[in-house]
This record gives sequence, C-alpha cells and structure tokens, in this order.
Amino acid sequence: MSVTEAPDSVGSAAAQPAPATDRARAERRLGWYLAGPAFVVMLLVTAYPIAQAFYESLFKFRLTDPDAREFNWLNNYLVVLSDGVWWQAVGVTVLITVITVAIEAILGFALALVMHRALTTLRPILRTAILVPYAIITVVSAFAWFYAFDINSGFVNSWFGWLPGISENTNWFGEFGTSVTVIIASEIWKTTPFISLLLLAGLAQVPEELQEAAKVDGATWWQRMYKVTIPNMKAAIMVALLFRTLDAFRIFDNVFIMTQGANDTEVVSFLAYRQTISRLEIGLGSAVSVLLFLCVVLISFLFIKLFKVDLASARGER
Amino acid sequence: MGRRSTSAAAAVVMVAGLAAACGSDDGTPTLTWYINPDNGGQVELAQRCTEAADGEYRIQTSLLPREASAQREQLARRLAANDSSIDIISLDPPFIPEFAEAGFLAEIPDDVADTVTENVVQGAIDGATWRDELVAVPFWANTQLLWYRRSVAEAAGLDPENEPVTWQQVIDAAQSQDKFLGVQGIRAEALTVWINALVTSAGGEILENPEAPADQVQLGLESEAGQAAAQVIEDIARNGLGGPGLANQDENGAMLQFQGDQGSFMVNWPFVWAATLAGVEGGNLDQSLVDDIGWALYPAVAEGEETRPPYGGINLGIGAFSEHPDFALEAAECIVTPENQAYYMVTNGNPASNTEAYDDPEVRETFPMADLIRESLEVAAPRPQTPYYNEVSSGLQSTWHPPSSVSPGSSPEEATTLITEVLKGERLL
Repeated sequence: MSVTEAPDSVGSAAAQPAPATDRARAERRLGWYLAGPAFVVMLLVTAYPIAQAFYESLFKFRLTDPDAREFNWLNNYLVVLSDGVWWQAVGVTVLITVITVAIEAILGFALALVMHRALTTLRPILRTAILVPYAIITVVSAFAWFYAFDINSGFVNSWFGWLPGISENTNWFGEFGTSVTVIIASEIWKTTPFISLLLLAGLAQVPEELQEAAKVDGATWWQRMYKVTIPNMKAAIMVALLFRTLDAFRIFDNVFIMTQGANDTEVVSFLAYRQTISRLEIGLGSAVSVLLFLCVVLISFLFIKLFKVDLASARGER
Repeated sequence: MGRRSTSAAAAVVMVAGLAAACGSDDGTPTLTWYINPDNGGQVELAQRCTEAADGEYRIQTSLLPREASAQREQLARRLAANDSSIDIISLDPPFIPEFAEAGFLAEIPDDVADTVTENVVQGAIDGATWRDELVAVPFWANTQLLWYRRSVAEAAGLDPENEPVTWQQVIDAAQSQDKFLGVQGIRAEALTVWINALVTSAGGEILENPEAPADQVQLGLESEAGQAAAQVIEDIARNGLGGPGLANQDENGAMLQFQGDQGSFMVNWPFVWAATLAGVEGGNLDQSLVDDIGWALYPAVAEGEETRPPYGGINLGIGAFSEHPDFALEAAECIVTPENQAYYMVTNGNPASNTEAYDDPEVRETFPMADLIRESLEVAAPRPQTPYYNEVSSGLQSTWHPPSSVSPGSSPEEATTLITEVLKGERLL
C-alpha cells in the first residue's frame, strides 16, 4: 500500500509568479496596509533589540564601569567560543531539547488522538484537563516541581521510596543526572499540551474520506495511522516540532528555579543571564545572546530546509 | 446607585492614595528606602524616623528581592541608569566596593562618618569602608556562631562553651555520635561565606590585593590556608557528615536538620535562635530542644589559632542620584541610633553593629548569647572587599561545588585559575 496524501495538503514549492494585474497590485498594497503596522512593531520590538545586542557584543563593557568601555571587534565571540563552559551549556541544552521534544511529540500525539476521538460530551472536559499545565506560569510550575522533589520539603522521596534508586535520602538536586531528570520531567509536564493542541489541529485536517477508503481496502489501525494519518498531517507535526524545539532550546525558568546552574545543568539562556545580569558584563553577555539567537536561526533553517516544513500549509492557507 | 457611589468613593480614595505616595501634595520630600526583606522592622524604623523628622521629610520603603545577589542586580541596573528615586539603600557589605567604585553611592561627610561609627564594631566599619573612606552607614552586623546540642557535645566529651573548639574536633564528635553537622553546601552566597571563614580562620585570604584592578588581582587560595579550608570541606562531605542534602543545603536547611534527631553541631547566623524560639511558641518544636541548644564561638581551623567567624549584615548607602542627599543622610543617622538598632535586634533577630545596643535590657533578655555575638563580631572577617566580588564569589561557588568534589589538592588551584581568567575577561562564568 502506497502513501496516500490529500492532493492539496502539502503546497508545491515551485509556483510561478503570474504577471501582476491592477487588481493583484491593489491587493498587495492592501496587504501591506494591513500587515504594515504589525511589521513596524515587530521591527521595533525584535529587530532593534537584536541589532542593539549585536552592536553591544562588539565592546568590552561593564555596566558598573562605563568609562572603560572599549571596542574590541569580535573578541567577545572568541572568548565565548573558546570556552568549555559555552560548549558544555550547548550540550546540556541540546540534551534537554532532544529528550523533551521527543517525549512530548509521542505523548502529545497520543493525547491529541484521545481528544480527537473522545465523545462530544467528554471533549470539552478532556481538553480543559489536558490544557491545565500549559495555563500555569512556568516559574510557578518550576517551584511546584522543585518543592515536590526537594529533599527537605518534597513528598516524592516518601511516596516513591519503594522504587529502586529512590530513598528518603535521595537528593534530586545534588547531582547532574537526577537534576536534569526533574528539569526535563517538569518541562514535559508543562508543554506537552501545547504540542498536542497543534497536533489536534493537524488531525482535524486529515480528510475522513481517505480514512474510510483505507478501511474499505482492509487496512488495519496501524496501517491507517502510518499510511494515511501521519503522512497527511506531516506539515502540522513538523510545525509543532519546530515551535517546541525553538521553545525548548531557550529553556531558562526551570533551571533558574531548581538548580541555578549547579551540577553542570547550566543552559545557554542561563549563561547569557549570568554574564549580562549577574556579572553586568554587557558586551560578553550580548555575545552569548547573539550566539543563542544564531542557534535558534540555525534550528529554524534546518527544519525549514531539511525537513521541508511549510508554515503556510500547516495553517491551511494552501 | 449605591454601587456606583461606592466605586466612585473607592476611586477617590485610590487617587488620593497615589497622590500621597508621590509626596507632591503638600511639598514634603519623600525619601525612598530600598530595603531587604525582614520581619517588618525596617518599615517600622522608616515610620519612626518619619515621625522624628517632624514634617521635614517622609520615608517610604520599597522591597528588594530575597536573595542578596538579586538585590544587587536590581540596584545596580537602576543605579547604572541614574535612578533618582533611590535615596537610601540597605546594602549587603560585599557589594559595597563595587557600588562605591561605580560612583553609585553619595559621599558621607566626615562629621557624619564620625557620628555613625562611634561604638560600632570594627568589622562593620571595615565592611562600610572603601579605599579608606566610609562610604556607607553601618546598620546591623551579622556573624555566625557555633550552635550545638548540649547532649551530643557532652556525649562526645566536648565543652565548646568553655574551651574553644576546632573543626577537626567538631567533625570527630559528630562522627563518633553518628550525627549530621550543619554547614551550608548550596551553590550560593552561603558557600562563599563558609569558604571565606575557613580560609581566614586558617590565617589566609581569598584575595591578596582586593583593591587591585581586575587583571592584577592575586588569589591567596593556593596556600596552606586554602588547602586547610578545602580539607575541612572534604572531610565533612566525603564522610557524609553534612547529611544527604549537603549539596543544596542553605542556612534554613541546616537549621531544620539541626533541630531534628540527627542534629549535633551547626555554624549559622543568630536568626536560628529567634526561629527556634518561634517554633516552640508555635507548637512545632519542643521546649526540650531549646534547653538542649548551646552556643560558642565559631570553630578554629587549627588548635590555638584565632577563629575568624563570617561577617555579614546590612549597611545603608545613600543613592548618588538622590534628589535629597542631605535628608537621606539625616534619615540614615536616625535609622542607626542604638535605640533603633536594639529595637531591630529584638524584633527581627538581626544583631546590632553598635555595641551600645547590647546593653539594652530587652536585647539581653531575648539573646542570652548577646555578649558572644558582640565578641564574635569583633573578630569576624569580612569577605573579600573588591569591586569584582560577584566574579570571585561565583567563581568559588562553581569550582568548590558540590562539596563532595572539593579536594585540597585541586580545588584551590581550579578556583584560582578560573577566577583569574574570568577577571582578565578570558573566560565565561
């Protein structure tokens, strides 16, 4: 059985531009009028700070010693990139990103299926229940998880003491493995609803006729899943993964609350925070921030070019 | 109708409240005092000094974050932007050199300096001084004591009250009684406090030339004192004496452990006394626990050598961009009078920096160890007085944490390398 895709679900990349008519030009102008204000706001709140950060990153500049500010080309980048601390932080960030996104994708898909197939009467309750963690502020959820696992105030050790490897003396935030496990678990709990919502939208786009045709052909549940459902919602899956990966790569709150970067759990955002806000080294911190930005750009680029994520088709525009 | 008039009245009250907060309605200048969180003592002192000013000015308080490092971050950002709303600042002493060097603190005239340092313990004066000038007004001064369970000390054959003890004796005693030792192993300022006390008690200094420019700062950790300090931490961590939560144990965590069945000895600030009494009053702790608690001077590193307990507390800086620096100075002088310090000590558990306050009958009643606190303050050692304190402290915390990784052979060298390179701008932190 071959992969069956709805003809218009994935847009063709090589659409030829048609010669512009008066009407098309008017529409384009209207488009600019409508999108222009938002575009200007975006320039002000994102492009300007990014440009400013890049400019600052070229200086040796400490906030408490503004007179000693001096231009030092790309030296800050050299310091950052030649430091093991940076690569360690990148490694930890990638580790957290890969594990959380992989688990969330599977879990999120399962939850989306449950929501999709749930009885009409149950659906609102189910969706609300699944969405609750996402409605909680990350800092608050980080504190909740921290206190649950904390050796002094936590209940996890006494409730799960019967499991191998857990006792009342397990210090979850005392070493790398256990710290990162709690950070990842908290992250998954908090953001799986986000990914499942995006996937639910994708599921709703799969044409029911294709499913029925597959059923008539005698396809099993698994065959329909692999040959019909997943190929038809590929765009939605990729967009969900892209958004979550970008989000996960910028993880900050959980690490800040739970370990403050102790036990080698430092992540890239936290490194930028430490240089800019704690050390007040604006130049060095800006360099870390610019590099973080470049990482995010790289991830987007990889997703869009290698995995051919099509944002327009995921939104149902084409 | 009724509802509408009520909400209109509420709006009027709110607007009136806002106008009063700005202090512009009657022309009385309003000073803003940025305070660290406490049990309401500083708010009360602001009220008292507003009354004492007799209409000349009013003091309002603004609350800073709980962590000392977060307080510094907020203040530094505001002051770097020349925030004129900052008139008086409750400042943690280690950050005073950085603020003074950056020009964030207004000058303190000599006559005021003389008044506010009279009868003040030397540690607090040192902590408020930068480049031989008093740059902040000493307010309250903190120091750590050795707290111990009398029953455990007795069983181990120690009498810390009458004979000064060393870290080795305390370690051996806790080990022989199979109990936990209360220290602060969390990767936070508390760890630096402990390391500094150990290094200075062993006769060394973390920084040899704290006033030097960043790229010329010399560390004193690669010395016998640095190794002795690392040895103490290693002995405690490797033998599991700090308890299972040592790697993220702060002052409060150490206190809770000390109050439990496994408690034996603990180094901690005097707030633990007030907190334990409050626990008994609230019914969470037993009176027998209080009767079992003894106190003594901070342990020495080597027998016969003088101990240098940690010094902490809060000093008052005057914002350099304040619109009313004269009033702010006057207000600071009012806040730190011995009577006010005694009040603050009794109600909030924070020891006075002025020795006169220790003669107050209420202080003596609430703190049976008042004389010991004063004695400890006289010998206490401040943390390195450098404008780059944050780098030094964070560098120590990242190389000497977790405590189980500390070793005399490698930790002093690692910290020296990291901090030196960070100060030269060659490394991230």
